Amino acid sequence: MLTTWAYISNYFVYSAMGIFALSFLAHAFETAWAVKAPQQDTNETGSVLTKTLDYTRTERAARIATALMILGFLLLLSGVIARGISNKHVPWGNMYEFSITGALALTGAYLLALRKHDLRWLGLFISISVLLTLGTAVTLLYRDSAPLVPALNSPWLVIHVIAAIISGGVFLLSNVIAGAYLYLHAMESKGDRKPWAKRLPDLETLDQLSYRLVAFVFPLWTFAVIAGAIWAEAAWGRYWGWDPKETWAFITWVAYAAYLHARVTIGWRGKRAAWLCLFAGSTFLFNYVYVNVWGTGKHTYSGL
Amino acid sequence: MTTEPTLPELGATGLLRFMWRQLTSMRTALILLMMLGVAAIPGSLIPQRAQNPMAVRQYYLDSPELARWIERFSGFTVFSSPWFSAIYLLLFISLIGCVLPRTFEHFKAMRALPPLTPRNLSRMESFQQFAGNGSELEKAQIWFKKSRFRVRSEEGAISAEKGYLRETGNLLFHLSLILILIGVSVGSLFGMRGEAIVNKGERFISLATSYDNLSFGKLVNEDSLQPFIIEVIDFVAKYDPVTNAPLDYTATVRVTNPGETTSEMKTIKVNSPLTFGNTRVYLQANGYSPIVTVRDSTGQVALQGPIPFLPQDGNLRSIGSIKVPDADPQLGFVASFYPTFAREGGQGGISVFPEALDPKLLFSIWEGDLGLDSGIPQSVYRIDTSKMKRIALDSLKPGETFSYPEGSIKFETFVPWINLQIVDDPGKSYSLYGAIAAILGLLASLFGRRRRIWIRITSTGVVEVAGLAKNGAPGLDAEIERFVTHLKKEK
Repeated sequence: MLTTWAYISNYFVYSAMGIFALSFLAHAFETAWAVKAPQQDTNETGSVLTKTLDYTRTERAARIATALMILGFLLLLSGVIARGISNKHVPWGNMYEFSITGALALTGAYLLALRKHDLRWLGLFISISVLLTLGTAVTLLYRDSAPLVPALNSPWLVIHVIAAIISGGVFLLSNVIAGAYLYLHAMESKGDRKPWAKRLPDLETLDQLSYRLVAFVFPLWTFAVIAGAIWAEAAWGRYWGWDPKETWAFITWVAYAAYLHARVTIGWRGKRAAWLCLFAGSTFLFNYVYVNVWGTGKHTYSGL
Repeated sequence: MTTEPTLPELGATGLLRFMWRQLTSMRTALILLMMLGVAAIPGSLIPQRAQNPMAVRQYYLDSPELARWIERFSGFTVFSSPWFSAIYLLLFISLIGCVLPRTFEHFKAMRALPPLTPRNLSRMESFQQFAGNGSELEKAQIWFKKSRFRVRSEEGAISAEKGYLRETGNLLFHLSLILILIGVSVGSLFGMRGEAIVNKGERFISLATSYDNLSFGKLVNEDSLQPFIIEVIDFVAKYDPVTNAPLDYTATVRVTNPGETTSEMKTIKVNSPLTFGNTRVYLQANGYSPIVTVRDSTGQVALQGPIPFLPQDGNLRSIGSIKVPDADPQLGFVASFYPTFAREGGQGGISVFPEALDPKLLFSIWEGDLGLDSGIPQSVYRIDTSKMKRIALDSLKPGETFSYPEGSIKFETFVPWINLQIVDDPGKSYSLYGAIAAILGLLASLFGRRRRIWIRITSTGVVEVAGLAKNGAPGLDAEIERFVTHLKKEK
């Protein structure tokens, strides 16, 4: 019976992937077809060809893309819940389960943010990263549904892991925006933005947005680390033991603390801040990938 | 003619003051913070003695030359190394030097009145002016009070300020980091940590001699041990029949508190340790102890009892040694215990399930010098057979006996053992309170908005309103809009 739920979960995850792929195509279509045919502009220096973007023409594609995103989210949500039922615990027991939950969190965060701001320019990126995450999960990381090992069997699993997943999602989002900042900065320093990039917010907004995300989620990350420490005290007899995962969580914390100080106290902005943000985010990614897969220590639950 | 610029003399105090300023400057603090992060990296890439002593030993075997160099830079003990300590101590000194003066300043600022209204309000943010009817100052006073601004009333003007919580939170956050560090230090100076293997059915009395290993903080010794008694009544391990992964470990124990004669039954699980005040007892590992009886050629019992074996894999194939030092010549059994034996793989077989469904004891018997008197500490699980010779080889099921010329060995049965980790950390509550305060402070400092709002009625009766948001805090415009709407409202 429980394995049936695991199968149902897999079907949901695969269907979600299909829908996300369609959403990706719709987003791509939206961006590509918004570009109008070059127009002849005549001015005193002669005539030039200018490309312009008109998103009103692709509004329908954008709506379809978002609708597909919502459908994908619901399918993935069902997949995660079914996985949880098959396991009889929250589906965060190994890396496959972290990944599908993480993809769900990223989609959810994007859809939530979409209610307030028109962030559809991010949709192309969000759908492809969700697809890549799910693709890696089902091919490389998949493990049969299994019960929790005793050390994971604690209410802290829900608290600690959900705080870590949300922080991770927001850190990565902030990284994406910092990366976009650097890319657009380089583009602008060579001249005007390319037509497709015109819809993206201006540099100032990106700079602020990536900072706000970090400032918003830094307390949550602090909480995730502290919740982990409290759990470790109950499970392993010490609240801090410089286990590789703990060490990298600490490094990430220190890196973001440095980023916040650099911004608030010394007044770093723009490129320097964006690079520091990328560095801090990469320590998080390193922790997730390296320590889970190749690392030693007490946090190797990937099942690989 | 040019004159040399005369520099003020930099005496010893001047130099110290200069160094102090450098250390407590934000730039230095930031560099130290980054260095702390970078310094932690080798600790996660190089095996650490405290976390993984086996891997360090292996490192020495694989590349001894490199290992010696790493040792020279405390690379196997990064987190207690002089250079790592130097970085965080400097960072904390810098932090204290930065935070303490700011705390005093902040106290003063909180009790002082908001600054005077600037003469030229039109230069400030969100400036607005409109014709008033004379009741605006009164209304403003009420609004400020209701919105909990701190107010300074002047002649024809009011200066109001709010959002001290931001700086309070900021200072609270940094001061709580110091509290966390104090908690860590108290733990390592006054703490204690020990481990003991206890067979099911045995009693563990918390005395220094009962521990398999025991370490104390620098400022305490064995006198501080709490002499509680734990008797292991039962231990149940449940495993998943498909994946062989453990599902649950439960130890049922009878506990006698220090200084008491009555005892009570308790259970210990992986995530729920037993607590005696500051001391906690954790269930950390488990395995099997075969119970054997070794007799000499006359039938006298030379050794009897459960002998803990060390698990080697997830299916609890365990190795151990049975040493009979009183036999002449000395006898040793190099043994393996298989909870569920299967004849496949090398080395005589494997265990295919961690529960004891078809237990088997495999052993070789060695005769000669066990080397126990050499003074070199030996593993209880292994035998140095370099001065011994093998006389027999066999396997037994529970209840079976094997006889050899010098005597016999009977594999009676087996019991589970559990490894109890006993930890006393008197500093952890400080760290916990520090951590909670740090989060609260962080929230206040990141989401608090400090801003000032001024209102003045000029001699011509025009009402001027303006504000100033520190650190570019958002929302000032909206707030001033609400303020002005209130002022314009007819009573």
